[in-house]
Amino acid sequence: MNDKKEHKQAGRREFIQTGIRWTLGVSLAGVATAAALKVSADDFVWQLDPFKCVYCGRCADYCVMTPSAVKCVHAYDLCGYCDLCGGYLKPDANALSTAAENQLCPTSAIRRKFVEDPYFEYEIDEDLCFGCAKCVEGCTSFGNGSLHLQVRHDLCVNCNECSIARVCPSDAFERVPANNPYKIKGDFSVGTDESNPA
Amino acid sequence: MNRISKIFFSLAAFLLSLPAWAQQRFPKPEFETGYVQPATSQAPPRALFLEYLDVFMLAAVLIVATWFVVKKRSRRGVLWTSVFALLYFGFYRQGCICSIGAIQNVTLALFDPTYVLPFTALLFFVIPLVVTLFYGRTFCAAVCPLGAIQDLVAFRPIELPRWLQKILGVVPYLYLALAVLYAATSSEFLICRYDPFVGIFRFDAEFQMLLLGGLFLLVGIFVARPYCRFFCPYGVLLGWMSTFSKKHMSITPSNCIQCKLCANSCPFGAIEKPVEEQGNRRSNVQRLMTYLFFIPLWIGIGGLAGSMMHVPLAKFNSTVYLAEQLVENPELKQDQEHIDARAFMQSGKSMDQLVTEAKEIRSQFYWGGWLVGGFIGLVIGLTLLKLSSHRNRYDYEPDKTNCLSCGRCMDYCPVKK
Ligand code: SF4
Ligand code: SF4
Ligand code: SF4
Ligand code: SF4
Ligand code: SF4
Repeated sequence: MNDKKEHKQAGRREFIQTGIRWTLGVSLAGVATAAALKVSADDFVWQLDPFKCVYCGRCADYCVMTPSAVKCVHAYDLCGYCDLCGGYLKPDANALSTAAENQLCPTSAIRRKFVEDPYFEYEIDEDLCFGCAKCVEGCTSFGNGSLHLQVRHDLCVNCNECSIARVCPSDAFERVPANNPYKIKGDFSVGTDESNPA
Repeated sequence: MNRISKIFFSLAAFLLSLPAWAQQRFPKPEFETGYVQPATSQAPPRALFLEYLDVFMLAAVLIVATWFVVKKRSRRGVLWTSVFALLYFGFYRQGCICSIGAIQNVTLALFDPTYVLPFTALLFFVIPLVVTLFYGRTFCAAVCPLGAIQDLVAFRPIELPRWLQKILGVVPYLYLALAVLYAATSSEFLICRYDPFVGIFRFDAEFQMLLLGGLFLLVGIFVARPYCRFFCPYGVLLGWMSTFSKKHMSITPSNCIQCKLCANSCPFGAIEKPVEEQGNRRSNVQRLMTYLFFIPLWIGIGGLAGSMMHVPLAKFNSTVYLAEQLVENPELKQDQEHIDARAFMQSGKSMDQLVTEAKEIRSQFYWGGWLVGGFIGLVIGLTLLKLSSHRNRYDYEPDKTNCLSCGRCMDYCPVKK
């Protein structure tokens, strides 16, 4: 008698369990389908828009990697090869020399090479650069803006949410398709007046 | 003032009056020496097929783990699988992306119309839940790298009092609700930001985060898997699935002989001992009805509390925070040292726009606060309900919600097939 009751109870419990199991399954399928409407087979990575960046310096400090995966890159297409490079020299430099005290870059990551009179080529040593954006500010304020920051994808671990994006004051960071992962200046200014100076 | 700085400053004064970005101030020279301009290097990101390989690995390791738990009943197998998962998903993949964090990607996909969800993230979210609905939390047993690293350091687990476990057990629900709220309002990914182990996987993180990770591992020596049991938001979802799973592992391969050998074998306090219903059935049912009756009240109180918290909750959204700061201290707008204020002034956005935006986000937090609070109220109500209801249980059984399917208890059971 008691056994029968137990049996019945167990059967009912089993029934409820199965019901809830199906409910859970269907809800999960519902959420997955709703999310699947926004799905892309491609992967996404973080990149910053150099035209939005205001060189605040947080790229150097907030990346989860040390040193930062954000580095300065040089768009040679835009560079004026200036002798008086606003990105290379401190505004109050004493002399036009490569002495470290005259260099804007705290780690001397920018190397200057004489090309021909009066032009110099500037190259970034990415092992030294830590993305502080000092040179970017200098170059954009006084020069052509050919020095700019980019997330380097060989160093970036592609955090689910980039911890610089969270603090970037100009909302320069965005998720971009992994098959087009850079926003190098000059690349996308083709056809606009940035590449054709007045 | 020397000559160079004079040139510099007069140049600067002139140039700064122009919009900074639209200029190629100095034309690119025409070189006569045949100088070849170097190309700007663009190192590619990780290849797409590797991302799908991760999904494949997830599914494969999950199958192996499930086989070891449910079919083979081998703790040793589970252990080695978890070591492999720790090496692969933890140290090789550096803990990102993981299923726990994928909650936020899915949430963002549901709420932010501009967000595009990578298929891999969706799979990371869905696959473990589906498997758990069938076989219990085998994902936690041996696939999740966060679980694996904690499992390996659980040397001297002590048993926490039941009431403490129940109270701390509410935290993951709160964490889940907040993580969803912050992702849905596009504020931030809380789970990723406060993942205690990702820094250890990368051997690189802020000092505080490494400290937090170290602390979790230290506590984890005595309180087995503290993150899993008292924080993990994905564990909540897995718990739901596991509670109603079809073929959850059992401690004994056939029939429990009440030998009590497994009673203390679970480091996570997830073994339910046999109980008999106490007291009079009628009054028990009545008590349950009272608790059930109080649940809407709990939801109401929770919701109200949550909605009242919306102002401080919204502070963690950077737009809201900036708007608040600038409204309270308008002089900050001129402060060149204040990076966010300066960037805002440069952006050309008007104060009105910012305030409108912030207000909108705040109202999202208001309604979100109701939902979060109501949800927590429901959880508290149900926890109380569960605490006061005992159904008869004759055998030693894993508590399907909280059992991590680690397989330790199976080794203690003397019954062989
Ligand atoms: S955090 Fe944003 S504004 Fe600041 S340097 Fe980086 S990209 Fe530029
Ligand atoms: S995604 Fe992560 S690693 Fe990459 S730049 Fe952002 S914080 Fe650094
Ligand atoms: S100034 Fe900063 S951003 Fe520019 S090269 Fe040096 S370290 Fe890199
Ligand atoms: S509870 Fe969470 S952290 Fe722990 S193993 Fe499961 S998913 Fe991973
Ligand atoms: S498998 Fe056994 S020991 Fe492991 S969590 Fe579940 S009940 Fe506890």
